[in-house]
Amino acid sequence: MDEFLLLAFLFLVAGVIAVPIASQLGLGSVLGYLIAGIAISPLLQQLHVDVVSVQHFAEFGVVMMLFLVGLELEPRMLWSMRDRLLGLGGLQVAVTAAAITGIAMLLGQPWSIALAVGLVLSLSSTAIVLQTLNEKGLMKSDGGQSSFSVLLFQDIAVIPMLAFIPLLAMPELVDVAATAAHNGGVSDHASLSLVDRLNGWQRALVTAGAIGLVVVGGSYLTRPVFRFIAMARLRELFTAFALLLIIGIALLMIVVGLSPALGTFLAGVVLANSEYRHELESDIDPFKGLLLGLFFITVGAAIRFDLLVENLAGVVAMTLGLIGLKAAVLYALSRAFGIGGAHRWLFTLGLAQAGEFGFVLLSFTVANTVIPVALADQLLLVVTLSMLLTPLLFLMYDKMFAPRFVATQNREADAIDEKGGVIVAGHGRFGGIVNRILLSAGFKTVVLDYQSEHLERLRAFGIRVYFGDAMRPDLLHAAGIEEAKMLVIAIDERESATELVRYVTENHPHVYIVVRAMDRHHVYELWNAGARDIIRETFDSSLRAGRSALQALGVHPYDAERQVKGFVLNDREQMLELASVYDPDIPAHENVEYVEKTKKFLERYEQTMQGNSAAFGSRLDRGWVPPSLDDPETEPATEAAQQKEHRGQ
Amino acid sequence: MAERRPLATISARSMPRPKHGIGPADSGGNEFRGSFRLRGMASLIVYYAHPGHKFSHVNQHMARAAGAIDGITFVDLYRDYPRFDIDVNVEQKRLLEHDVVLFQFPLFWYSTPSIIKEWEDLVLEHGFAYGSSGDKLAGKQMMLAVTGAGPAEAYTHDGFQQYPLRTFLTPLEQTARLCGMHFSAPYVLYESLRAPAAGLVEPHVGGYRQLLEAIRDDRYDFDAANRMDVVHFDGLPIGTGS
Repeated sequence: MDEFLLLAFLFLVAGVIAVPIASQLGLGSVLGYLIAGIAISPLLQQLHVDVVSVQHFAEFGVVMMLFLVGLELEPRMLWSMRDRLLGLGGLQVAVTAAAITGIAMLLGQPWSIALAVGLVLSLSSTAIVLQTLNEKGLMKSDGGQSSFSVLLFQDIAVIPMLAFIPLLAMPELVDVAATAAHNGGVSDHASLSLVDRLNGWQRALVTAGAIGLVVVGGSYLTRPVFRFIAMARLRELFTAFALLLIIGIALLMIVVGLSPALGTFLAGVVLANSEYRHELESDIDPFKGLLLGLFFITVGAAIRFDLLVENLAGVVAMTLGLIGLKAAVLYALSRAFGIGGAHRWLFTLGLAQAGEFGFVLLSFTVANTVIPVALADQLLLVVTLSMLLTPLLFLMYDKMFAPRFVATQNREADAIDEKGGVIVAGHGRFGGIVNRILLSAGFKTVVLDYQSEHLERLRAFGIRVYFGDAMRPDLLHAAGIEEAKMLVIAIDERESATELVRYVTENHPHVYIVVRAMDRHHVYELWNAGARDIIRETFDSSLRAGRSALQALGVHPYDAERQVKGFVLNDREQMLELASVYDPDIPAHENVEYVEKTKKFLERYEQTMQGNSAAFGSRLDRGWVPPSLDDPETEPATEAAQQKEHRGQ
Repeated sequence: MAERRPLATISARSMPRPKHGIGPADSGGNEFRGSFRLRGMASLIVYYAHPGHKFSHVNQHMARAAGAIDGITFVDLYRDYPRFDIDVNVEQKRLLEHDVVLFQFPLFWYSTPSIIKEWEDLVLEHGFAYGSSGDKLAGKQMMLAVTGAGPAEAYTHDGFQQYPLRTFLTPLEQTARLCGMHFSAPYVLYESLRAPAAGLVEPHVGGYRQLLEAIRDDRYDFDAANRMDVVHFDGLPIGTGS
């Protein structure tokens, strides 16, 4: 226990210090984590921490990330990506692997080792690339989508590779295998696997069954389960269920010998249309972030500097050669697939590293006596170094290539922007009408509500609603508050509404807020919290009732209308003055300024009541009162007119 | 053209219909508007517009007189549409049902109060009032009853207002022409602010009543009126009927 806490403390301290500094310097979080890992690696060595096993644990972050990616990707979008997924991804792996194999053979390696190295190094780092693309907001761009297609294909390709690599086993290396087996994380997979003892068609059947289970379960089972959980009204239960869902699917995939990342990705795609999407997203996101951070730290910490120093020139040369080669292949492919402008460079530079699956495959190759340990150790360094260089490549893209294409990029980003609309928090009597008006005017809205029963009914009408408490910053983030133009707050709890206003005005000042107030005091609170478009929930209907009453008493409808308008102006003015002196920390009756102003208004109000309607009466009738006859200028008699003409000459 | 009904038939024409109870309309909640019309020889509709109704020296008395006349339709535009949400269908139907359209208003800044302009903009649609297929108003009469604060002498080329009164009314005159309507000489009261002191309110309102009744009964001599520049309460071109 103590050891665990100490370890957690170390990792957290390193991350918390290094990442903000790296971000501040514009290096991105990934490089920050990597540096943090390098920084604590001597300490970890002192403590005899098995960094590699921590790394295997942290790899689960990649699984979570793919689930999140899946959530953002509706099945329709995935289908439209199929050409790039198979074409671009397939060619990238095939061409890169072939080229590396060829070069390795030229360098004197036997063909089996060369091929294994080629396969291992053809993969890129899903963790680094997706994390960086998300951070830079490039995920939805053409370059981002192409990169994602390739990464997804690679993640899928790992599975046949795992099946194929043992066939390359070299008899001379078998002795070494026994010692190497224990540090291969892949052995876990084997121990759990159900399908080892099955023959080909049985295996296919089980695989299809598992995928079917994920798709059907995701489509039909999650909803009732969520409804069941919602009854407890406990926030952490959702988080627990979200984790359960992902871990369960990952386990299922391992059992049937498929990639956990692929399985959770599939589940994500299935749930992309669900109203619980944002809830799941915001539940998993922090775990994903932490685990990926941990993963990057371990990558940094696992660098064996002794080996690096021993063979510095060779490793550096191999790393640079690898990046150059992969970039060249990617560049050629991007030309062939018509990826243009800045996107081509994003694609080329972003995917030029080797990836975390390289670690897995390398230990697997060693365990299966395909590659000698010495070579694997060197390749491990190459993979790590190339990952370490990736943030720098992204930096290079930012500084050298992106600015050249700024115009085209902005335009394309707009075209595929699916957020940037209006978030409506609370879809009850109030928010529901606001949402309908916005939709009828053609605006895109994301509705957040936490009443489960409510939601499914609305979904049936085709309204885009998502389950969740808008009070949670992470859910707001998932709903796209960063890109949103507006937030409509129509939730029932007044304190929550005020708090939400305060949070959004402080953290997302670009978002325009329309908020419902319960009463006058709530208006002051909201004003104080930073809201400027505040709608009292019963004010307008009261006005109409007042107007109706006036008309029923025989007041001309237009006079009634103007009377009410005058009332509104007057009321609003008073409200504004009182709001400006209102202080939520001082009770209203102890706030001297507030009390003074209220007194003044009450006096004026009484005068109005007694018929001295100078208060707002005069303003009300302005423009319609005939000019006074005492003023010669207003109504020129003939003489006055003549005088005027004389003056004019 | 609406069918002519016997003189005695009273048709309650409260349009738009009073809106009771719930409804999406924000047209003032519960509005009881009603004008009763007795069908005469020529059907007449009076559109009255004065946003400062209760401060009016002359127009409110004219309006009250007009509203009390049987057999014509009287519409207070600011009453029917206090929020300017003019119902085009209702208004076009009203136009179809009448032969003579009379606008009664005080002259504001050489023009009508704003609601009449809004009414024109919305109701006189292309394809209804004008355009190749817009002949629904053709042959009808348009007439105005206006009050101006300036004296008659001011509305001359040498006067303070520089132009004759009819010049200021040409937009309406041309509107009528474009719609194929006849534009009749306006019924005018000058120096309306001084009218109460000068004892002119009563004769002007009385003349107005006579005028409206004469139109209703087809006794108004539009031909004679067309030879006049403006029409005053003395010298109304009223015949003995046809």
